[in-house]
Amino acid sequence: MSKMMATRDGYGKALVELGEENENVVVLDADLSKSTKTAGFGEVYSERFFNAGVAEQNLIGLAAGLSTTGKIPFASSFAMFATGRAFEIIRNSIGYPRLNVKICATHAGITVGEDGASHQALEDIACMRTIPNMTVIVPSDGVEAMKAVKRIAEFEGPVYLRLGRSGVPVINDHENYKFEIGKGITLKEGGDITIIATGLMVHEALKAAERLEEKGVEARVLNLHTIKPIDRELIIKAAEETGTVITAEEHNIIGGLGSAVAEVLSENMPVPLKRIGVEDTFGESGKPAELLEKYGLTHAKIFKTAIEMLAR
Amino acid sequence: MNHEMLEQKAVIMRKDIVEMLYKSGSGHPGGSLSAVEILSALYFKVMNVDEKNPRWQERDRFVLSKGHAAPVLYAALAEKGFFPKSELWNLRKIGSLLQGHPEMKNIPGVDMSTGSLGQGFSTAVGMALGLKTDNSNSRVFALLGDGELQEGIVWEAAMAASHYKLENLTAFVDYNGLQIDGPNEEVMGVHPVTDKFKAFGWNVLTADGHDFGEILEAIEIAKTYKGKPTMIVARTVKGKGVSFMEDQAGWHGKAPNKEERDQAMNELGGLDHE
Repeated sequence: MSKMMATRDGYGKALVELGEENENVVVLDADLSKSTKTAGFGEVYSERFFNAGVAEQNLIGLAAGLSTTGKIPFASSFAMFATGRAFEIIRNSIGYPRLNVKICATHAGITVGEDGASHQALEDIACMRTIPNMTVIVPSDGVEAMKAVKRIAEFEGPVYLRLGRSGVPVINDHENYKFEIGKGITLKEGGDITIIATGLMVHEALKAAERLEEKGVEARVLNLHTIKPIDRELIIKAAEETGTVITAEEHNIIGGLGSAVAEVLSENMPVPLKRIGVEDTFGESGKPAELLEKYGLTHAKIFKTAIEMLAR
Repeated sequence: MNHEMLEQKAVIMRKDIVEMLYKSGSGHPGGSLSAVEILSALYFKVMNVDEKNPRWQERDRFVLSKGHAAPVLYAALAEKGFFPKSELWNLRKIGSLLQGHPEMKNIPGVDMSTGSLGQGFSTAVGMALGLKTDNSNSRVFALLGDGELQEGIVWEAAMAASHYKLENLTAFVDYNGLQIDGPNEEVMGVHPVTDKFKAFGWNVLTADGHDFGEILEAIEIAKTYKGKPTMIVARTVKGKGVSFMEDQAGWHGKAPNKEERDQAMNELGGLDHE
């Protein structure tokens, strides 16, 4: 069993380090700092930590204004409220003027668990990637989250960083790991089929590939941590070389990774494609693992889909 | 700059507003004309800005939260020398510098992109917070419409500004009493504006928004306050200075035709550019 760590914990750790490294970094939250893990930064750098209270629209507006004074604001809330309630403020006051704000939202996806559908953001990737100038990043584990936080602090421009509540297996804790915005990572080579995954589904994709290998199927596994700008070259090359593609994400199959990959492939390299994700429905209360199982976000679903596609 | 010179600036700005709207064929005259004295006072008397260096870090900032009044901001910026006046006549045209609502990336002197009501005010609070954190002497000014006060984010921002004790923030309400669908009090009552901001922890002053003496006095008083932001509720007349536009909600978002433009120019003292 590999080590478990939530991407939000990676975020919180990296923020405290960033506070030391860059005095322009400021952090904002909307009364969820213990859950979003910004509280650690707030304890050490209280003069650079601003609570907006339960007011996500103003959270984003404050961050926009702060960025015009040379600050690098990291604004956090739950993904549902940060991207849903404040969508238009992100669009008009951050995206349009291309301000240097990092929207780092936690509790994205169905693994919010017991809080239920009202708190399970399954459309945030779709919303954020339609905004011009916006970069959209979905780390697959705590290590990747930490690297991403450090990188986006140096990057000039608006970023949406999608983080989760639940612990996920650490898969990137090795020396060769390198995070580059817009560059997908080939985790496993293979010539029979490609599994493109993001977020916690990357680990599921790796497990599915292991099982496929037992059946003699060589699956290529790509970790697409950046949904926008998307790594077109890597996707097209994989489709060309393997001929069959599956996408896997903890998001509505409408508008997220699957849609983004479909857009690239249908225009450049049309091959059979199946999207695994939440199938245009709301979630419900339950334990994260139960919900992943019930909504088909598992290595078993990826495995089954791959076998079916290859049998055609 | 004395009051007489500010009055002259106001007349120039009003003519420029009418002319740019006539030439563009669309835009918002009513709420632009009601804010002329406030912007004239800010840009020609109060604010520390440098038209040669629009992004100068030490400058004072202005956020036109009622972004649809862009013509009054553009008139002030052009008169101040941030960009050539000829740009005004391309307002709202494709490929032009001056967008229908203020845009900060390309238009020199615009400190925040606005247009979606309430957001500018929220970002102005963020600016003031950043400047205060840096112990900067720069001040932030913002202008809100009265109809804009119906946006929920205005009150989120108002709460935050007093919570963070932003004495470097001075905002105005351009209280002309009218919005697109009619009088505020018929559409969605905003009264009592002063009591609302007082209850949110602001210093609140009132002024005749067309009287330089009162506007400037209120701004001076605001500078002396410590520990609280200031809201100056400025009583204004929508469409001020053009008789047939005054107090008419119908002139919120309609451009004058040739005849109306000629009449307006006559009332303002004659056309001085073509």
